[in-house]
Amino acid sequence: MTIVNISTRVSPTQSTLMVVISNYRVLILLLLLTGSFSLFSQDKETEMPFGKHEDMIILNDKPWNIESQPHILNDDVTPASSMFVRNNGKLPKDIDASTWTLTIDGESVVESKTYTLAELKSKFQHYTYQLTLECGGNGRKEFDPPAKGNQWSLGAVNCAEWTGVRLRDVLEDAGIKKDAVYIGYHAIDEHLSGNPDKEPISRGCPMFKALEDETLLAFQLNGEDIPLIHGYPLRLVVGGWPASASGKWVNRISIRDRVHDGAKMTGTAYRIPCNPLAPGEKVKDEDMCIIESMPVKSLITFPKTGKLIKTGSSLEIRGHAWSGDLEVVMVEYSIDFGASWVECQLEAPANRLAWQHFSANIKFPKEGYYEVWARATDANQTSQPMVLPGWNPKGYLNNACHRIAVKVQ
Amino acid sequence: MSMEEKNVDELVKSARTIVRTSIILALATMTMVFVNTNPELFSSNDSSENEDLNKKDRDLIEDGIHVRTGLIDAEGMFVVIGNCTNCHSAKLVTQNRMTAERWNETIKWMQETQNLWDLGENQEIIVNYLVTNYPPKKSGMRRSNLTDIEWYETEN
Repeated sequence: MTIVNISTRVSPTQSTLMVVISNYRVLILLLLLTGSFSLFSQDKETEMPFGKHEDMIILNDKPWNIESQPHILNDDVTPASSMFVRNNGKLPKDIDASTWTLTIDGESVVESKTYTLAELKSKFQHYTYQLTLECGGNGRKEFDPPAKGNQWSLGAVNCAEWTGVRLRDVLEDAGIKKDAVYIGYHAIDEHLSGNPDKEPISRGCPMFKALEDETLLAFQLNGEDIPLIHGYPLRLVVGGWPASASGKWVNRISIRDRVHDGAKMTGTAYRIPCNPLAPGEKVKDEDMCIIESMPVKSLITFPKTGKLIKTGSSLEIRGHAWSGDLEVVMVEYSIDFGASWVECQLEAPANRLAWQHFSANIKFPKEGYYEVWARATDANQTSQPMVLPGWNPKGYLNNACHRIAVKVQ
Repeated sequence: MSMEEKNVDELVKSARTIVRTSIILALATMTMVFVNTNPELFSSNDSSENEDLNKKDRDLIEDGIHVRTGLIDAEGMFVVIGNCTNCHSAKLVTQNRMTAERWNETIKWMQETQNLWDLGENQEIIVNYLVTNYPPKKSGMRRSNLTDIEWYETEN
């Protein structure tokens, strides 16, 4: 036996020490391995929640508000990983789609009806649309005096592909009385205070918008079940309007004989002053008007701001443009702070209410610092302002031109 | 059995014990690390609430910042934590820059619509903390200069 040979040459004490060291070596090795495993796992903790892209920005984690950035919105159809999150209450859990129901009720419903999710899917025809959803407060960060709320910069917008049934088909199945004015959604998410009598948010839209072809009760996002954070298993999707009209986790829709008065429909929420205000000026609640169609806007999604390019080379830019219920008819770019504008190539929308893609190839006259500004114009011949639009207390509807920095050297 | 053989026998025994112990220790460590890094295994899956944190971790302050909430450690901070971060994240507080007047209006709004309780004497402490540590930033422009640009080169 080898060990006998060894032990004949060294004293038992020395031998014990060697064995101990050699065994502790195993232990040390294992500890090092587990140590690095632990470090690796801790890295995982800094990963974005909900499978979001690593360049997303968490503005708030109670409730969840997560912003995207222009350079991760370059896809024609936004992947779920780059979609902003604007939640108002606690994230629902333990959702069972097999027992999910949707009730149509309200003062102006002919007959209140409840459908299971399976019934909705089998009874009504399915439609798929790309729909632009932008948070009413996108761009709030720039307002001065600062406006209250999550300080969104550029990334509270997306255009994904939604599949579902038309809200109109379901409302008509239950029956709409002649005095119907508005619809209001209700959902299962819980108020932050934990008070079960309070809804975190319950908004809606006038009947004309509710009855549009593209207004969906959606159960799929980009061909898959809607992720929980975006409203699984059923979401109302109202393209072109503040994304807060697109209720998540919806289980009831009320046909109202008045303007819906649910949470965040009243007061100053998702409202702007009916008449223009001076920055910081006070306004009464009754002088605030509900935001409907979102204003014309565009975003340069390629390249990411900060690109260094060589003298003599050209720069390809790409982006998207949208304008609430309207189509965008022109996108231009400027590299001289608006002194001159050049028209970009602009694609038609995939369907009504989908954002449109633009591109251009830019040559710079000489070396130096440039900003590439983009400006969209809609079918009403309304364009984006280069400066901030009118100040409002809640900081909504900042559709000022987007720009990226480029250095030619 | 000779003295040497007895020693060897004991050595082999102790070596086996050490190997067994080290394997058990290593497995235990790995399990603990796994559980630590995947706390949802044994708790509710609401990751936004860290109710399991012990008192020491809850109050931990590093480099003048309260680690759990990200708030600046200054007079009144624990009053802010106790009254403001039960319902919403401290991030909603720190990303808003308001004057005392507008904070008081906001508190009134939260009391009227969001179930916030009467803050009593704490209201002044809270508002003082907020306007001192998170004062309004003035831009004074209709658009600011682009800042913090991360310049980068690409191959083409």
